Amino acid sequence: MSVGAAELVPGAPGGLEFLESRAEVAARSPLQLFWRRFRQDRVAKVSLAVILLLIVIALAAPLVIKIFGLPGPNVENPNLTDQFGSPLGPSSAHPFGVDSLGQDVMSRTIYGGRVALEVGIIGTGIATVIGVLVGTLAGFYRGWVDTLLSRLIDVVLSIPILLLGLGIGAACAVRGCIKGAIQPGLGVIIFLISLATWPYTARIVRGLVLSLREREFVEASRGLGASDARIMLREILPNLAAPIIVYASLQIPTNILLEAGLSFLGVGIRPPTASWGNMIAQATPIFNTAWWWMVFPGIALLITVLAFNLLGDGLRDALNPRSAR
Amino acid sequence: MSAQAPDPFGGAPERLATTAPPVPDAVQPLVQVRDLVKHFPITRGIIFQRKIGAVRAVDGVSFDVRRGETLGIVGETGCGKSTTAKLIMRLQKPTSGQVRFEGQDITDLRGADMKAIRREMQMIFQDPYSSLNPRKTVGSIIGEPYAIHGLKREKGERKRAVQELMETVGLNPEHYNRYPHEFSGGQRQRIGVARALALRPKLLIADEPVSALDVSIQAQVLNLLRDMQRRFGLTLIFIAHDLSVVRHMCDRVAVMYLGKIVETGSGDDLYAFPRHPYTGALLSAVPVADPSHHGSERRLLSGDVPSPANPPKACRFHTRCPKAQELCSRQQPQLEDKGSGTLTACHFPLSREEVAAIGVRSAG
Repeated sequence: MSVGAAELVPGAPGGLEFLESRAEVAARSPLQLFWRRFRQDRVAKVSLAVILLLIVIALAAPLVIKIFGLPGPNVENPNLTDQFGSPLGPSSAHPFGVDSLGQDVMSRTIYGGRVALEVGIIGTGIATVIGVLVGTLAGFYRGWVDTLLSRLIDVVLSIPILLLGLGIGAACAVRGCIKGAIQPGLGVIIFLISLATWPYTARIVRGLVLSLREREFVEASRGLGASDARIMLREILPNLAAPIIVYASLQIPTNILLEAGLSFLGVGIRPPTASWGNMIAQATPIFNTAWWWMVFPGIALLITVLAFNLLGDGLRDALNPRSAR
Repeated sequence: MSAQAPDPFGGAPERLATTAPPVPDAVQPLVQVRDLVKHFPITRGIIFQRKIGAVRAVDGVSFDVRRGETLGIVGETGCGKSTTAKLIMRLQKPTSGQVRFEGQDITDLRGADMKAIRREMQMIFQDPYSSLNPRKTVGSIIGEPYAIHGLKREKGERKRAVQELMETVGLNPEHYNRYPHEFSGGQRQRIGVARALALRPKLLIADEPVSALDVSIQAQVLNLLRDMQRRFGLTLIFIAHDLSVVRHMCDRVAVMYLGKIVETGSGDDLYAFPRHPYTGALLSAVPVADPSHHGSERRLLSGDVPSPANPPKACRFHTRCPKAQELCSRQQPQLEDKGSGTLTACHFPLSREEVAAIGVRSAG
């Protein structure tokens, strides 16, 4: 329970003895309480460590491949394919093998992680900001504002994102659309992912705000003369932090998968830039001869998504101790 | 602001009345409520909503609150007490009617004008668990009024003021950085009182401030409120459904039933000689802490309170009233003096014999 240990200290409630009692009990902020619970969750801790490691590798990608003595991700080396053009498998110089252009798979997997995390974190970040904004306004003002924004959510949810992505991919692949303003790549994929996912956050936030705004502390704040903006930012938003963090941490892996899917379909990151999705897509035709080309980016994708999902579960348990474990 | 301690009977009014002619401060009531009405629409349909009725939460209430006094508002759950409080605080907008604060009509104030008025009146809420934001420290909860009104901006000044307030209401100032969940119900209510007092308001509205607390804690909080009232010269509107609590606290009492005031008068008069049958029934239901008292015939009301969406015609109490006659369902009784000091809205007020028979103990 969130009531926590401090409430159970003997001699605490009522009376006038509270003046001297409990002085020795240090105050625990919600953050400290959260951290105490989180530390006991081994799975979540390991997931957090894995994610931090992935982030470090992604940030320091050039350094990492230098340490392993690997060539850059886009360095093509025809000497690494046999006379039929089939790539060579894992070796000491190329632990994950090479692809059919002679590019190092490990190096490309590391750089692909960069893309995956970028898309996952930035895309989720944008979607969360939009979702919280729309959801808070809809839940707080209710009435026609809510009706309008809720219909907008319904409209956006009815956009077939994969088809839209495929359309953009097909129409804009060669020279870009609208005089090159839209070109398949990181920007488009982040845009698509944000567009596809903010309505879910908005719906959750709207529901929470609808119930929070009826709490008496909101009324108390209004009675003190607080403006609507202040009530939303200072009274309601802090109470949304936990569910938003949990939801966003579970949204990141979904978005990484979506990026892989879109890149697989040729909408997202396009070769020569490395992405797990497009690596897997390219590897598909020769999977029988060059399994490593598909398997290593696949494992990287699996580990990343799993780690984020388990971290999200751990965060949920630690932030909302009332939910069933 | 805080330097100017509200003196109940002195000081020139800062704002002169805009609608009413200026009245000497000692005579002009702090709050004047006139024909206050609040109807909550009942709607049906999801997209195309149409109104199919209204809950008449408050339906034509008028009263004055004089400077420095305590006015009690009592009544059963759902009779409109809390709504009345929220209308005075302008937490809700009245359907019609007027609230005047120091002669100024505040019903339609907006923006900065309303914010200025909010400094003068504050509210203590019923549920100390829901009225404090669980994500904020006690210090920032009590200091919030200063932050909102841009007061005590200097470094350390706000913290000092908050800790002083905490001490005033009987909290340990060292608990400044704690969170509400670390406090008991009574302590939380003290936090609520401290927050309400931070701006040194003239009017304090306490909406059932003790009904969510343990009986053992109730008296502490009530005494704290009285202390604060004396200390800061507050005018208090005290809302409760417990008549013994109201008696302990209030100079004057208004009894509400289904959105209307049925009887009002000084506490002494009302408790000694209730004229409205509803008041009589309420008083008769107050338990007597005397084992030798075997109770004369308790006048317990039968049935439930009728729905405020469809209240009885004319006198709203006639469906449950033991003295009801045909006139009561035809003609709305007005609040008037029935010769015993209170104002009573009843065609057939109780007589002394009836009051004695139902066991209202004027001495108790």
